[in-house]
Amino acid sequence: MPRDTTVLVPDRASVAPSPGRPAGRDTRSARRVGAVLLGPVALLAVWQLVVGFAPDASVVSPSDVVRAAVAAWARGDLPSALTTSLGRGVVGFVLAVAIGTPLAIAVARVHWVRIAFGPLLKGLLVLPSVAWVPAAVLWFGLTDATVYFVVLMGSVPSVVNGLVAGMEQVPPLYRRVGTVLGAGPLAMTRHVILPAALPAYVAGLRQGWAFSWRSLMGAELIAGGGRLGVGLGALLQEGRALGDLATVLVAMLLILTVGVLAELLAFAPLESRLARRRGLTSQGSR
Amino acid sequence: MTTTAATLTDDPARPRTSTPAVQLRQVGKRYTTGGPDVLQQVDLTIEPGELVCVVGASGCGKSTLLSLVAGLEEPTSGTVEVAGDGAALMFQEPALFPWLSARGNVELAMRLSGVGRRERRDRAEELLRLVHLGGSGDSGVHELSGGMRQRVALARALAQDRPVLLMDEPFAALDAATRDLLHDELERVWLSSGRTVVFVTHDVGEAVRLGRRVLLMAGRPGRVVGEWRIEDRRSAASATWGRRLTAEITDRLREERHRAA
Repeated sequence: MPRDTTVLVPDRASVAPSPGRPAGRDTRSARRVGAVLLGPVALLAVWQLVVGFAPDASVVSPSDVVRAAVAAWARGDLPSALTTSLGRGVVGFVLAVAIGTPLAIAVARVHWVRIAFGPLLKGLLVLPSVAWVPAAVLWFGLTDATVYFVVLMGSVPSVVNGLVAGMEQVPPLYRRVGTVLGAGPLAMTRHVILPAALPAYVAGLRQGWAFSWRSLMGAELIAGGGRLGVGLGALLQEGRALGDLATVLVAMLLILTVGVLAELLAFAPLESRLARRRGLTSQGSR
Repeated sequence: MTTTAATLTDDPARPRTSTPAVQLRQVGKRYTTGGPDVLQQVDLTIEPGELVCVVGASGCGKSTLLSLVAGLEEPTSGTVEVAGDGAALMFQEPALFPWLSARGNVELAMRLSGVGRRERRDRAEELLRLVHLGGSGDSGVHELSGGMRQRVALARALAQDRPVLLMDEPFAALDAATRDLLHDELERVWLSSGRTVVFVTHDVGEAVRLGRRVLLMAGRPGRVVGEWRIEDRRSAASATWGRRLTAEITDRLREERHRAA
C-alpha cells in the first residue's frame, strides 16, 4: 500500500545512514568471514578428536594430511594433477556453455525442438554422468575425448535446463510489452526473453559448472591409464591403490577447494552484481 | 440522455475531416467459443487528435477493447481499423525492463523499430525531458518512484512514434497527488504531440478530468452505453460543472451495474 511505504521509507532512511555505518559494515563482514570458517574449523576439531580416541592405521590426522600435501606438492604430483584437472574442467565447462546455450534457446523458442528434445534433456539430468564412462571408453578409448564426452553429458543438460526454465518464467507482461513495442520472434528473444532469463541462466551455469566438475572427477576416477594424464581423480584412485589414505584425503580436499573457490570467486560475485543492477537487493534499492 | 453508441458514427456536431484514427465496426469478442460475449457489436469512431476516455466497471471489457485496438487480440466478429502503423499501448504497471536504465527502456522502443543509435539517444533524452525526467536517464528502474516509472513508460510509448496512444488505467496504482501531476503532464504531452489518445479508467472523475469525450461501457455483454462530449475545457475545469458531470456519469454507471446484476 502506498501509504505504508511513505511512512516506512523516511523511517528507514533516518536510521540507516548513522555515523557508525562504515565501522558496522566492517564488523559485519568480519563476522561473516568468521561464520564461513566456523564449519571447517569445527570439522577439523571433530576429526582431530576422533584421531585422538582411535589410534588406528586406517585413521590419519589432519597434520598427516598436511604433511602428505606438502610432500606431494614438492614432488610436483599435486600441481600437475591440479592443472590437468582444472584445465579439463574449464575447457569442458566452456564447451558445455557453447553447446548448451544455443540448444536451450532452440528448446525454449522453437516448438518442435521443444517437443522432440525437451523431455530427453530433462531425463538426462537424472542419469549420473559416470554411467557414460564405460560406453565412452569403448568409443574413444582412454583419451581426453572420453573425459570431455562424460563432462559434456553431465553439464550440458543442466546448462540447458537452467536457461530453459529461466526463459519459461519470463513474466507474460514482459512479452506483451515486447509485442506492443513491435518485437518479432528474434528481437523478442534477443531483447526481452534472454535478458529477463539472465539470472536463471547464471544459476544454470553455476549448476553446470558443478556438474562438469563432478563428472570430470567421476571420469578420472573410473578411467585411468592409457593416454590419460593424471588428474585429481586419478590421484585419488592412485592413493586408494597404494593404501595411502593421506593422499586420498589431500585429493578430496583439493577437489572440494576448487569447487568452493569457483563459487566464491566467480559465481557468487556475478550473481550479486546482477541482483544489484536489477535492484533485487535491499542495499541497491531505495 | 446523451448520444448513444448507435449514433456515434454520424454525429452531425462533428463533421468528418479526415480518416478516423481508430474505427471499430460491429466488433464482437469471445475468448472461448460458446463462451460469454466480452464485447458485443461495438461501433466506435475516434478522430485523429482526440483524447477519449473510456470508463466502466471492472470486467466490462474496456481492457479487451484496448487489446483489440493494439492488435494483441483478434476480434471474433466485426472489423478494427487503426490509422498508420498501429497503436502504442501503456499498461497499468509501468512494465519497464529492470535490466535497462530509464533511457535504455525508452531507446528499446526505437531500437525495435530500427532507429539508428545516435538518433535513438538524442530522441530518448528529448522524450525524458518532455516527461520531466531529463536528469534521470542513467537511473536503474528500481531507483525510480512509481510515478517516475510511469513517466518513463509514457516516454517509451511516445518513442514508438505511433499516431495512436492507448492507455490502460496507467495511473490507477499511483497516489492522488502524483496522479494529479501526471494528468497535467499527459494533457501537455497530448497537446504538444498531436497524438490520438484512448484512455481507459474505472475512475469517472479521472475520465471527466482528462477526456474531451467520455464513453461509458457496461459489461455482460461489453458495449458502449453512453457518450459525453466536453468541448469547452474551461467550463469542465470549473469545479461544480465537473462534479455535476461526474455525478451524472456515476449514476449511469451504477444503473448499468444494477441492470447487469
